Amino acid sequence: MAMTVKLKVWRQAGPGQPGQLVDYVANNVHADMSFLEMLDVVNEDLIRKGQDPIAFDSDCREGICGSCGLVIDGIPHGPDKGATTCQVHMRRFRSGETITVEPFRAKAFPVLKDLVVDRAAFDRIIAAGGYVSMNVGGAPEANNLPIAKKVADQAMDSAQCIGCGACVAACKNAAAHLFTSAKVTHLGLLPQGGAERDRRVVRMVEQMDSEGFGSCSNEGECEAVCPKEIPISNIARMNRDYLRAIVS
Amino acid sequence: MILDSRTPSGPITDKWDRRKFENKLVNPANRRKFQMIVVGTGLAGASAAASLGELGYPVKVFGIHDSPRRAHSIAAQGGINAAKNYRNDGDSVYRLFYDTIKGGDYRAREANVYRLAQLSVNIIDQCVAQGVPFAREYGGLLDNRSFGGAQVSRTFYARGQTGQQLLLGAYQSMMRQVAAGTVTLFQRREMLDLVIVNGQARGIVCRNLLTGELESHEADAVLLCTGGYGTVFYLSTNAINSNVTAAWRAHKRGAFFANPCFTQIHPTCIPVSGDHQAKLTLMSESLRNDGRVWVPKTQGDKRPPAQIPDAERDYYLERRYPAFGNLVPRDVASRAAKAVCDEGRGAGDSGLSVYLDFADAIKRSGVENIKARYGNLFDMYTRITDENPYQVPMRIYPAVHYTMGGLWVDYNLMSTVPGLFVLGEANFSDHGANRLGASALMQGLADGYFVAPYTVANYLGGASLPPVTASHDAFGAAKAEAQGRIDKVLRVKGKRTVREFHRAIGTICWDHVGMARTEAGLSGAIAQIRQLREEFWQDVTVSGDANNLNPGLDYAGRVADYMEFAEVLALDALERRESCGGHFREEFQTPDGEALRKDDEYAYVAAWEFKGVGAQPELHKEALVFEEVHPTQRSYK
Repeated sequence: MAMTVKLKVWRQAGPGQPGQLVDYVANNVHADMSFLEMLDVVNEDLIRKGQDPIAFDSDCREGICGSCGLVIDGIPHGPDKGATTCQVHMRRFRSGETITVEPFRAKAFPVLKDLVVDRAAFDRIIAAGGYVSMNVGGAPEANNLPIAKKVADQAMDSAQCIGCGACVAACKNAAAHLFTSAKVTHLGLLPQGGAERDRRVVRMVEQMDSEGFGSCSNEGECEAVCPKEIPISNIARMNRDYLRAIVS
Repeated sequence: MILDSRTPSGPITDKWDRRKFENKLVNPANRRKFQMIVVGTGLAGASAAASLGELGYPVKVFGIHDSPRRAHSIAAQGGINAAKNYRNDGDSVYRLFYDTIKGGDYRAREANVYRLAQLSVNIIDQCVAQGVPFAREYGGLLDNRSFGGAQVSRTFYARGQTGQQLLLGAYQSMMRQVAAGTVTLFQRREMLDLVIVNGQARGIVCRNLLTGELESHEADAVLLCTGGYGTVFYLSTNAINSNVTAAWRAHKRGAFFANPCFTQIHPTCIPVSGDHQAKLTLMSESLRNDGRVWVPKTQGDKRPPAQIPDAERDYYLERRYPAFGNLVPRDVASRAAKAVCDEGRGAGDSGLSVYLDFADAIKRSGVENIKARYGNLFDMYTRITDENPYQVPMRIYPAVHYTMGGLWVDYNLMSTVPGLFVLGEANFSDHGANRLGASALMQGLADGYFVAPYTVANYLGGASLPPVTASHDAFGAAKAEAQGRIDKVLRVKGKRTVREFHRAIGTICWDHVGMARTEAGLSGAIAQIRQLREEFWQDVTVSGDANNLNPGLDYAGRVADYMEFAEVLALDALERRESCGGHFREEFQTPDGEALRKDDEYAYVAAWEFKGVGAQPELHKEALVFEEVHPTQRSYK
């Protein structure tokens, strides 16, 4: 059964240029379509009419690459909890409904075009210290280092971060604390990351601040929209690690 | 031209050691004089860039995504194989080697596969040291699970996100080198040509996808790590932006394309729901550890699965393959699913799906245990289908997943163009006619961390590499050609969208170069592909221009390359008149429907040399010599 939805989509020709919400009507929408497949159909129509299609990032379309990220009716990644934009399906909407679609907005994520933003700041935060400093070839036998299952599982909970930036988009301060703390927690919990724990947290936090992300005021919007449900308790952990590192 | 695989002599167990010793080295002070280019940032690309950077080579890395962490390796779910024998169940390097050769239906090069099995143990050590949070047992040691095509448990995993965790490990190592200044990232860049000077690969021309500007980058060696060509089928489990363009353009410059018809159709994917669908979603093969595959015994039985009693169900994998049961290799499971659906016993409205049932596993292990093992996969399934697999059996159907074929490489992973190395899924070397589950991650990382750093050094140490800069005429010419193609596609201004053409080429390939192939079907497909290519250049429409971010234009370039590539895909399938692995020619099957190989005639790698668009490519054969494993008909019964 086909649905019709009305869209208000942010269109912006390029970085630093003025943008605006533009109205579109999507006909022949099926409940089984994903939200991005619905936008694909809208774009096909625009191309046939000789108009510029709506630019948006997406790749794996199964919630793991972190490419996609739209603010749907004010919520980063839309209405489904623990899901990315590409995992939202049209059965979540009613026929005739109006849906507003905007990019992830933050000073540190400049809009490149329409719904596409530049998230390279996240890569620079990782480059500042989000790794274990070891070269290929020097690794000891893997099972020489037993790690309690609980610790490994906890590290994995944080390591699942897909770097999409929804946490930043949801935060009224546009803070990147949930993203940064996920890596600090993943590596800080594991013995392999222990040697650099202090150095890592200081360098990553300083890089985060220098990128123009805001400060954390513990509202928890980040946790609420995180598609991997990464816990906000990581932020407290990061702050504790940071304090310990700079006073010691 | 004689294809020389440059495989070292001596016993298989010593070949890689021997090669490493024979290899020329580059001393640490000289490494900074050799510029490296790595194209692609998946497991192969990121691990190669990190390793080369650590050794002191300056490396330029190019990727089409906004961040290197988005490369499609991130989506691999199930796991990575390694011959650690932690389970005390009889595994060894030799057994992993044997399983991989057999799983590939005796169409892979023995020496490469043995090296892969040897290196598998180093990969796990490396990844654990990086902090990859593999699943562990209560004692704190690493856990393993079983995968198709093996009777030992050798698969290491991180929930259903193993690819993600391994890629992030490699990405983080690479970012450490970015901070150290050895690696420079060029993201949102698409390689459009390989530049050859004096017969050597000396750089690339790429397009800045944000500005449209064409850029030239010179190098002493180029490493292509750009993945497979599964999206030629339009619908596949690959990411939307995965493409053959970099590999195809290198092919047009002289790199031979090997075994393109060896494509993998994965048995456990969520079935197609409608025309709007842009991609298919894989449900990890690990589900076959606990799920039982079945269809109704009776044709046209449309009762809901719960109302079909056990006696009226056909657990066809367990029936046909009692030894391996639900864990037969992917090609075998896919063909078996197609067979029962062709008989009219498929599930669902379309009849194009089979059940994957967890009821027995839930009864045996409890919901909580099943949730712990597969929770994220079950959630993913529910999101897409709106059904609850804890209560109703999943419905699955085969979909294109991986491509074993790729650019031909020798034992050193160098293509037929000196200085052009090809790593990971982009090359053809290790999986023969069918890849076993959890082996792609192993190969990508083996190539990048442990093979290319040695073999690239050997090339640099032995080759004469006169200085070349991006102002060389060869760069100008390649740039002009690339610009010409972009201008041409924008000029057509026809009536059909790029996606319509992509869907059309995909349909031809799926219908005739998919799970079952015939002489007539393939001949017809080649004619259809040529016709469609003509139509593409007369009737395609692309909006916008080439001077800013224009994803539609990027897409047009990739689909244009598929219009050419699809022809050699079909031709290779036509010329291989046998069945093996994922290549099933209906004319060649055993009485009980298994693939019938013809070792006397086809125990070779088919490496195709480009001779012009629409012109017959020239076939070169690399004979496959089996010194260790005697080819027999694969049996999983």
